[in-house]
Amino acid sequence: MEQREMSYGRYQKNRPMLYHTRYPILWWVKKWAYVRFILRELTSVAVAFYVVVLLFYVNSVSQGPDSFAAFNEWLRSPLSVGLHGIAIVAVLYHSITWFNLAPKALVIRVGKKSIPGRVILITHYAMWAIVSTGLYWLITTT
Amino acid sequence: MSNQNTTATIDLEVYRYRPEIESEPTYDTFTVPLRSDWVILDALNYIKDELDGSLSYRWSCQMGVCGSCGMMANGEPTLTCASFLKDFAPGPIRVEPLANFPVARDLIISMDDFMEKLNRVHPWLVTDEEKPLEEGEYLQTPEQVDDYKQYSMCINCLLCYSACPIYGLEPSFIGPAVIALAQRYNLDSRDEGSQERMDILSTDDGLWQCTFVGECSEVCPKNVDPAGAIQRYKVASTKDWWKSKLMPWSNGK
Amino acid sequence: MQQQSSKHIGKRSNEPFWWALFGAGGMIAALCIPVLLFMTGLAIPLGWIDAPRYESMFTLLNNPLSRLAILAIVSLSAFHWAHRFRFTLYDGLHLKHLNAPVAFFCYGCAILFSAYAAFSLYSF
Repeated sequence: MEQREMSYGRYQKNRPMLYHTRYPILWWVKKWAYVRFILRELTSVAVAFYVVVLLFYVNSVSQGPDSFAAFNEWLRSPLSVGLHGIAIVAVLYHSITWFNLAPKALVIRVGKKSIPGRVILITHYAMWAIVSTGLYWLITTT
Repeated sequence: MSNQNTTATIDLEVYRYRPEIESEPTYDTFTVPLRSDWVILDALNYIKDELDGSLSYRWSCQMGVCGSCGMMANGEPTLTCASFLKDFAPGPIRVEPLANFPVARDLIISMDDFMEKLNRVHPWLVTDEEKPLEEGEYLQTPEQVDDYKQYSMCINCLLCYSACPIYGLEPSFIGPAVIALAQRYNLDSRDEGSQERMDILSTDDGLWQCTFVGECSEVCPKNVDPAGAIQRYKVASTKDWWKSKLMPWSNGK
Repeated sequence: MQQQSSKHIGKRSNEPFWWALFGAGGMIAALCIPVLLFMTGLAIPLGWIDAPRYESMFTLLNNPLSRLAILAIVSLSAFHWAHRFRFTLYDGLHLKHLNAPVAFFCYGCAILFSAYAAFSLYSF
């Protein structure tokens, strides 16, 4: 390699001149794992969307049969069905990622050993099945 | 030499930063033999021996226990002594210094920030009183060793820091390896320092910046699972916080 | 040998408070919201399930236990959103330097929403 002249004067011998790379604004598009992370975090928006809708739903019941009917009319609109269609995918992704990560945070000791991650995982999915069935039954059989 | 195909080659695009001649980093492309048993570190050694002696990089044990040779290969943090060239064929392989750290020269990063943070959590056995020699050694059952053994596997290779976007965005974050190493001592039955480590880690630039991206555990070459350590520590720290609010009299150290 | 005193004890963060709400909200949302969303937002409007009569819905929701459950679901889910969205704004849009305003906005929305929910559910 041929010797090159110092092209600028700031470097001093035996004094490291550290180079700092700026972190990219769109850092999360670089890796598929980061994209999945951002999508997981954005599911909270779908959760927020639905609980607002749920509260309006409950309020419409308290305001009488006409307002209940009107709200149900809105729920049948293409806009509502479209938004809910996107939201159901998002909240399912939330539930699945949430339960899959639960064993990492919950280390429960019983005597000398801790409960295996598989057991915690299966317990969460079982609870999900029970709660979902219960709510479904509650709404359809009253 | 055995019947290896010596005509196959692979290109390495190597990050160069020579502050005495340039203010910005550049990339140099080198063509190295594609030997089936060579790892990226072997290729770098070949470059330094045969092609460009000025290439600077860290390495030592060549077997994945010293933690020196961490670099980025095609954007993924990896130990270059454990990444086979043939897995990247036909190449080229982009070799860069570990992300999220300042670069001192070529593939060498400055670890000062990590060393300062590691020191902060007192990664040694803390006891209120030193046990006198006459009382003999500390005894541990196999179960007690299992409690912390996974976290003791950390080789300080810093791959987790490179994979962590939070550390990249917010350099004040104390980081995955430090928290895992703090846990290694917190969970050690001989240690009595959990409360003081709790104080250090439960600050705003301690563990609470973590949003459980989880990439740190994915890239860890020793399966330390720092992400799991951090989530467990969040639970412990939260319990401790609620205890201090609801029972402030029990704040003894 | 005396225990070394740590020189770097900073202020204890209050994150655990919000994180606990985030965790509780995430759990309750994960368990309850998929089925509720599916039913009220898709299955009933699209006719896959018979629409419940007004009277039965009213009876179900008039029960104080149901309203308490709904308050828990909507309020904790709102705090789950607040905490998670706050960090998404920091990490995704690099708004860490706007720490206080972002936190104020997120938790503020959750608090206001929870207050509104509590009020309207109470006066059902």
